Amino acid sequence: MSKIKKRAHAGTLESSDAFIEIEPIEEDKIKIELQSSVEEMYGDDIRELIKKVINELDISHISVKVQDKGALDYVIKARLQAAILRANDDEKIKWDKL
Amino acid sequence: MIDSKEIKNITKLTPNKADFFKASSKNHSGKERFSKICESIEESIKRSGLKDGMTISFHHAFRGGDKVLNVVMDIIAKMGFKDLTLASSSLASVHDPLIEHIKNGVVTQIYTSGLRSKLGEAISKGLMEKPVQVHSHGGRVHLVKSGELNIDVAFIGVPVIDRFGNATGYKGRSKCGSLGYAMTDARYAKYVVAISESLEEYPSFPASITQDQVDSIVLVDEVGDPSQIGEGATRMTTNPKELLLARRAARVIVNSGLFKNGYSLQTGTGGASLATTIFLSEKMEEENITASFGLGGITGTMVYMLKRGQIKTLLDVQSFDEFAAKSLGENLNHIEISANQYANPSSKGAAIKQLDVVVLSALEIDINFNVNVLTGSKGILRGASGGHCDTAAEAKLSIIVAPLTRGRIPTIVNRVNTIITPGNTVDVVVTDQGVAVNPKNIELKQRLKKAGITVVEIEDLYKKAIKICGKPKPINYSDKVVATIRYRDGSVLDVVKALA
Repeated sequence: MSKIKKRAHAGTLESSDAFIEIEPIEEDKIKIELQSSVEEMYGDDIRELIKKVINELDISHISVKVQDKGALDYVIKARLQAAILRANDDEKIKWDKL
Repeated sequence: MIDSKEIKNITKLTPNKADFFKASSKNHSGKERFSKICESIEESIKRSGLKDGMTISFHHAFRGGDKVLNVVMDIIAKMGFKDLTLASSSLASVHDPLIEHIKNGVVTQIYTSGLRSKLGEAISKGLMEKPVQVHSHGGRVHLVKSGELNIDVAFIGVPVIDRFGNATGYKGRSKCGSLGYAMTDARYAKYVVAISESLEEYPSFPASITQDQVDSIVLVDEVGDPSQIGEGATRMTTNPKELLLARRAARVIVNSGLFKNGYSLQTGTGGASLATTIFLSEKMEEENITASFGLGGITGTMVYMLKRGQIKTLLDVQSFDEFAAKSLGENLNHIEISANQYANPSSKGAAIKQLDVVVLSALEIDINFNVNVLTGSKGILRGASGGHCDTAAEAKLSIIVAPLTRGRIPTIVNRVNTIITPGNTVDVVVTDQGVAVNPKNIELKQRLKKAGITVVEIEDLYKKAIKICGKPKPINYSDKVVATIRYRDGSVLDVVKALA
């Protein structure tokens, strides 16, 4: 388990995209704040997806704020991964883990 | 010799008392001897004899630019009327102020084709005790003629009128074009109040609403907002997905077997539908094919084809833009028809029964080809039944054009939220991921395949949509019914429940 180093964001507020902001927190947990135009239909799925992506990258102590405009799963996944890489200033990206 | 019994059986006759035509009504002072013109809307309501519990009606030819319904409803509310049934041929987002009148008990029942915006949302959340009766454009006339929808007072907004009640829609500042829906109300309502902003010299003919139908007339400053009446200039969509859908729909029509001289066509508004007309126009020119008539809501594109001689006649129940509205007054072959002549299933002659091809849109289509054009993905009322189920049922070929997904929302679903058009009346579904043909149309399916069109099974479209979007969580409804979907013959096709 690792922490992210700093705040970072990725994505846009365009239709079919998501704007994702992440920051390190004190507590050992994944804090998710989701605002989605498809909350009723896909809100739970999106929260699951966020947890899965973060777990796969072995990260904890993170707060994730997502403003979703109906993005498909792979868009949300890519935006979240990008934000995490930016938060860690990763020079050597482990592509096989993404 | 006449038998005395026979005479007794004849209706009692009354002798002339010489006061049928009173001398007093004949004055030569130059004053109007009888005036339908009221000083105010209040006065016209008083004259109409409106009472609590009655049914009042409006028409929707002014669409989002309507300045009649809200004004009349405010006055009716101020006058203290309660428990009215409101029968507007449709309702637009401009009619959100109705929410207050419903809360205050002025309106307790609604008949309409469409519900949108905050009003649709409020009703979806259970604002009304009695479910809204949602009907199609043809079905409304059937409800009126069959006696269920008994209009006591019709308030008919018209762009121009003469002092005796002859009114038209294709002239004036607030021209709306065809008054096809108002014509039904003018004919069947017990009392007709015509509301206009422009007085013409008597007699003003040809007229859509005529003097023998109008009881009183009120002149107001404005009946409509011209910038909101039409859907704006007719523009070709630049959305590549819509262009793809349109080109594909046109190809389906061209290869359907119906595309020959004298065929007839109806298309809706909206990017893909409008663009279909343009692609068809090109193909018609290429193959030297002329259409006998274009039907329905008429757009500028249809008018363009009329002027070029590609369509011989336009039958217009509602003019969707200012080009269509103007053309109605200018082109001899642009004909105004009533809703009864357009789509009423029990009419002696609804034009849809002569129709070959209709191109329609959809919010949702399910694997049984059922179509929803009323409730959104969250289960909220936000659309209109319109002529969708009428035309789908009667046209020889009904084509639904829709993208497979809109953002993350699947358009092809397992079961539509609300059935407006039953699947057995839908022939073809055109999506960006392929064309699905209703299994009952074996021959058509072969034709399209032979023409090289990508024909797929609708179940495969559904699977594809779910693969892209994920399976949506079902909407959480309560048991309370907020809207009853009436099919065109008056039967109940479906219900919409309140959100939990």
